Amino acid sequence: MLGRTATVVVLGLGLAFSTAASAQEPLKIGVILPYSGPFADAANQLQAGIDLYLATHGNEVAGRTIEIVRRDTGGPAADVAQRLAQELVVRDGVDILAGFALTPEALGAAPVSAEAGKLMVVMNAATSIVTEQSPYIVRTSVTIPQLNYAFGQWAHEVAGVGEAYTLVADYGPGHDAEAAFSRGFTEAGGTVVGSDRTPVANPDFSAFVQRVRDANPEAVYIFVPGGAQPAAIGRALADRGLAPPDTAIFAQGELTHPEALESMGETALGIITTFHYTLERDDPLNNEFVAAYTAANNGREPDLFSIGGYDGMHLIFEALKATDGDASGDALVEAAKGMSWQSPRGPMWIDPETRDVVQTVYIREIQDVDGELQNVIIHEIPDVKDPLHGSN
Amino acid sequence: MSATDPTTGTTDPKIWMRRQGRWSAFEILAWLAALTPFFLFPTYLPLANQIAIAALFAISVDLILGYAGIVTLGHAMFFGLGAYFAGIISVYGWGEPITGLLMAGAFAGLIGFIASFLITRVQHLALIMVTLGLGFLTLELANAMSWLTGGTDGLRGMNRWPVFGQFRFDLWGYTSYTYSLIVLFICFLLSRRLVNSSFGLALRGVRENVKRMPAIGSDHKWHLRKIYTISAAIAGLAGALMAQTTNVVTLDALSFQRSADVVVMLILGGTGRLYGAILGAFIFLMARDQLAGVNPQYWYFGIGILLMLVVLFMPKGILGFLSGLVSRRGK
Repeated sequence: MLGRTATVVVLGLGLAFSTAASAQEPLKIGVILPYSGPFADAANQLQAGIDLYLATHGNEVAGRTIEIVRRDTGGPAADVAQRLAQELVVRDGVDILAGFALTPEALGAAPVSAEAGKLMVVMNAATSIVTEQSPYIVRTSVTIPQLNYAFGQWAHEVAGVGEAYTLVADYGPGHDAEAAFSRGFTEAGGTVVGSDRTPVANPDFSAFVQRVRDANPEAVYIFVPGGAQPAAIGRALADRGLAPPDTAIFAQGELTHPEALESMGETALGIITTFHYTLERDDPLNNEFVAAYTAANNGREPDLFSIGGYDGMHLIFEALKATDGDASGDALVEAAKGMSWQSPRGPMWIDPETRDVVQTVYIREIQDVDGELQNVIIHEIPDVKDPLHGSN
Repeated sequence: MSATDPTTGTTDPKIWMRRQGRWSAFEILAWLAALTPFFLFPTYLPLANQIAIAALFAISVDLILGYAGIVTLGHAMFFGLGAYFAGIISVYGWGEPITGLLMAGAFAGLIGFIASFLITRVQHLALIMVTLGLGFLTLELANAMSWLTGGTDGLRGMNRWPVFGQFRFDLWGYTSYTYSLIVLFICFLLSRRLVNSSFGLALRGVRENVKRMPAIGSDHKWHLRKIYTISAAIAGLAGALMAQTTNVVTLDALSFQRSADVVVMLILGGTGRLYGAILGAFIFLMARDQLAGVNPQYWYFGIGILLMLVVLFMPKGILGFLSGLVSRRGK
């Protein structure tokens, strides 16, 4: 009996000592992003989201100081991301891996997270399969099927569109978007009358738009990467007279980013997009977030990357609070499963089965609000899960 | 070093060539230095592995660019083919690393042999354009064949077996670096033998004056085809090493960036010298690692400055500059 008590006391002391010790050393988060190269802007926006969270919530949680270690992949290089993750774990001794703007980065780092047992917070990479690559991955951004499957259903059930044409960029995300939209649309009862794929780097859409025009569908669904393409396709649509209300134009939110809207001008009016984050959404939490973000970034407005980084940090902070500073991957991922919170984007939670994000999908239409083009929310679809998980 | 010029020197060419192939103390030291990460910097093993792979790739490009004068901006094509080949056979159930590596190298070599017929038809600017075009074509092909390659998402489901059924690829990178270093060393020995042979001399002849080679009875096209095939095979081996040690292949393996980076490495280290390729890979990746650690956004700025300084003040690369210093001191 005495021996047992002694053991318990010693164990207890040991535990107390170990938590006291861990309370003093900083908690390191290794952030892997394409800080240089063609995706640097996305990385900077995401980083600004992380920084804003730290600036507004302090860099201490559960008695531990948060230290961010940044690493650059230079682009979608899986091997570099893997090496950086390895080094962060074995050399820098990070407790959590985070960031990942691009799917290949997340795929590269996933085996390291699985082997080292570290929580890995995916703050952007939007391919379904990412979270299935390691049991320690949690995603706080969005998935392409999540947005577009619900959008496809909505297009037939609510908007009453019977026939649609799809026009997507010929690469992974484009194929995913096409498949998800078509599936949602046809399962609801609509018909896809035609589909075309445009080269990823193609500034001239006129031939493709002409084909759509010839098919004369009720609606056309478009997916192109951000950057210069939204404006180019907007112009091509206007030139060929393919515009609402005669033909409905559907797209994923990137097409009508504030920057893209500026260059598209009037031609953007009436375009309907699906997205998880709407800058203009009037909500106290969002207004506060946008104000703080623009103040901290020389007037630059937050976008999907910013919100992914911001919510990713929120998840890390809340998980650490729940585990009382225990940063082991198992404890943190348990704490993250099922976690729900109010984000500037709206309500969101983590599906305990897939560790993927569940959130409201907003359907927005470009309208003229006091002389300014804005994404105005016309419909909300709450609690949307990624439809592909568990299906293959 | 009295009989260094084989055209005017009095030494018997065979003796001269043997002397060229002799190992110097510097070389032995350099290879011993390659072992230090195991003992002194075990946390840098993943980086050392990446350097070894980049060095192997740089050697493959040096063989054609530095020795045979084939300027290429699309050699990532063979790197990527090797990587995808090794990756795809492991997805379809053959994860044995060494045979996988050899098959990947052979596959890249075969494609290289086919491509070499096109390569030897053109020169100068057209050559750059053809290699560039082949690189882009392969990239687009891999993108389009996403059912096989996984497209932009990258290849999934790779399953590599332990080396010799014994050594698992560990998180620290011990197995990876050992494996890559051994492959690098073997390929280096082969390349070294090659460039110090009469075949190597013929290649240098092609580089210096392609019109004179037929005049002295040398079948320069066949030489070029041979070296291009060998180079493609070595690049394929490097790609396969990357696939096997990281267990992941994405389109980035075929990217223009990779083709361009390797040329930058060669220019930094010094073309036409095998050690220049290794030193260039080392400097490029170390500089990248250190500069990116300081500033993840603008590290390429540092590389750019380094490249300009090297090109302006050391036109033969860092190694060429150093060996120039040594031989001047020796006089």
